[in-house]
Amino acid sequence: MNEMYNVSSNPHVRDKMSTNRLMQLVVIALLPATVFGIWNFGIHALLVVVVTVAASVFFEWLYDHFMHKSNTITDFSAVVTGLLLALNMPPEIPLWMPVLGSAFAIIVVKQLFGGLGQNFMNPALAARCFLLISFAGSMTDFSVAKGAHAVVDSVSGATPLAAMKEYGGLGDIHVSQMFIGNIQGTIGETSVIAILIGAVILLAFKVINLRIPLMYIGTFTVFVCIYMVASGMGFDWNYLAAHLCGGGLMLGAWFMATDYVTSPITQKGQLVFGFVLGILTAIFRLFGGSAEGVSYAIIISNLLVPLIEKVTLPTAFGKGGKKNEK
Amino acid sequence: MKADTPVERLVNGIIKENPTFVLVLGMCPTLAVTTSAINGIGMGLTTTAILALSNLMISMLRNFIPDKVRIPAYIVVVASFVTIVQFLLEAYIPSLYASLGIYIPLIVVNCIILGRAEAYASKHKPVASLFDGIGMGLGFTLSITCIGAIRELIGAGQIFGFQLLPLADAANGVAGYEPITIFVLAPGAFFVLSALAAIQNKFKLGAAKRHIDPSEGCRCGEGCSACGNTACSGKKGDKA
Repeated sequence: MNEMYNVSSNPHVRDKMSTNRLMQLVVIALLPATVFGIWNFGIHALLVVVVTVAASVFFEWLYDHFMHKSNTITDFSAVVTGLLLALNMPPEIPLWMPVLGSAFAIIVVKQLFGGLGQNFMNPALAARCFLLISFAGSMTDFSVAKGAHAVVDSVSGATPLAAMKEYGGLGDIHVSQMFIGNIQGTIGETSVIAILIGAVILLAFKVINLRIPLMYIGTFTVFVCIYMVASGMGFDWNYLAAHLCGGGLMLGAWFMATDYVTSPITQKGQLVFGFVLGILTAIFRLFGGSAEGVSYAIIISNLLVPLIEKVTLPTAFGKGGKKNEK
Repeated sequence: MKADTPVERLVNGIIKENPTFVLVLGMCPTLAVTTSAINGIGMGLTTTAILALSNLMISMLRNFIPDKVRIPAYIVVVASFVTIVQFLLEAYIPSLYASLGIYIPLIVVNCIILGRAEAYASKHKPVASLFDGIGMGLGFTLSITCIGAIRELIGAGQIFGFQLLPLADAANGVAGYEPITIFVLAPGAFFVLSALAAIQNKFKLGAAKRHIDPSEGCRCGEGCSACGNTACSGKKGDKA
């Protein structure tokens, strides 16, 4: 009996995956979209990304320092929050706005509620909505600098979604451009292909599963189809494709709705969550006042997560079933 | 300080048992009308007047009101004063009347007023009750004016309608303050209220830890729920 046995309480099956490795993977998966955004919009987009990430990490350190907590910047979650926030910024935004957003995301939404794992809604999206409500003008100004690669719609000068909302058509933007991403929009949302590369990385390393994104996008597609038929415009591939490729739907569905902390833990719950997201996004986009609704849909659904988890809790083995009647 | 003297009541209402930050009463007007410092001070002073008068009246009637119907009786008294004040505001300060809107009639069900009637005026003499009402009202006024001023400053760059921070004008290339509009909207009220409550709790807890030994027990005589000293938080186990 020379072997030593390690006696410990459960769980006994462990994985090598740790929080910071997971977060590093998310950062890597976001890189294609980031790099494409910087190529697309030019040097100011790079500045926005660098400043936002740096500010998020700084505020995380600041809070830990002044609240006498152990330093949590090494778990990379602040980097992910900062990067997601940066990808949600218009390319020519004044730099102090994302810094303010980072402070709101890290300190108010994340740390005041207990830090990573305790935040009740996605910090990056909450900060985006904070900025959107506060600085509606700057946050919806998607003009691009000279020399950027993004094609500016000469008809409306707006994002494709806004153009569809206002003028009922895409102008001279083609859907294939929306798929590749050389259009106007926030830094990280324009290129569907770059986001899908990131999503494949996440799926390959099993960071996320398909349930939430597919249910989200599927429900959204069905709703838009029903809307097209019901509103009498007939089935229009371009309209559907523009709604799928435009705006923050892809970025939101693959990277932000799948956030572990703010999405349901049960499998059935994840399906319900995706369904609610799809319905809300479609309603906000088709009937709402603004052209985009992904961020509001996600943070509202985040608030529903505790309820969804409560009703979809699986029955424990041995519990449930019909009682034997005498 | 001797209990139930006018000065003690004023200090108690403004600082020790501040209705907004310590008792956390009257949250509806606190959150809804504090979009500017003027609104805050207007709402606060209106409430103060009603609070003082209703406390005085209820205290004088305290031996005549049967215990079983005391809440309806209080409501009748408060509602009468609210109606009077509402007509006065409509006649003499129509701008304030317009900006406070529905929140003036809603003073009838303000928790501070009913709370003070039930907790204090129905058990104490008229003069002490009058000053309790004034103290509580001024405490309320002070807190919501602070909240209003901060929201107005951050959300519009103004204080009392005066443009303290010159606004940026992008169209003409003028640099200046870019107002954070969310602070004059509903979420801003929660941000400012919670931040102020946290700051004053920080100071109070610090002071409490330095000066008060929790084993000494409650000093404020109204039980732990009414006491600002959260350092002992019911350790004495008395009528909490």
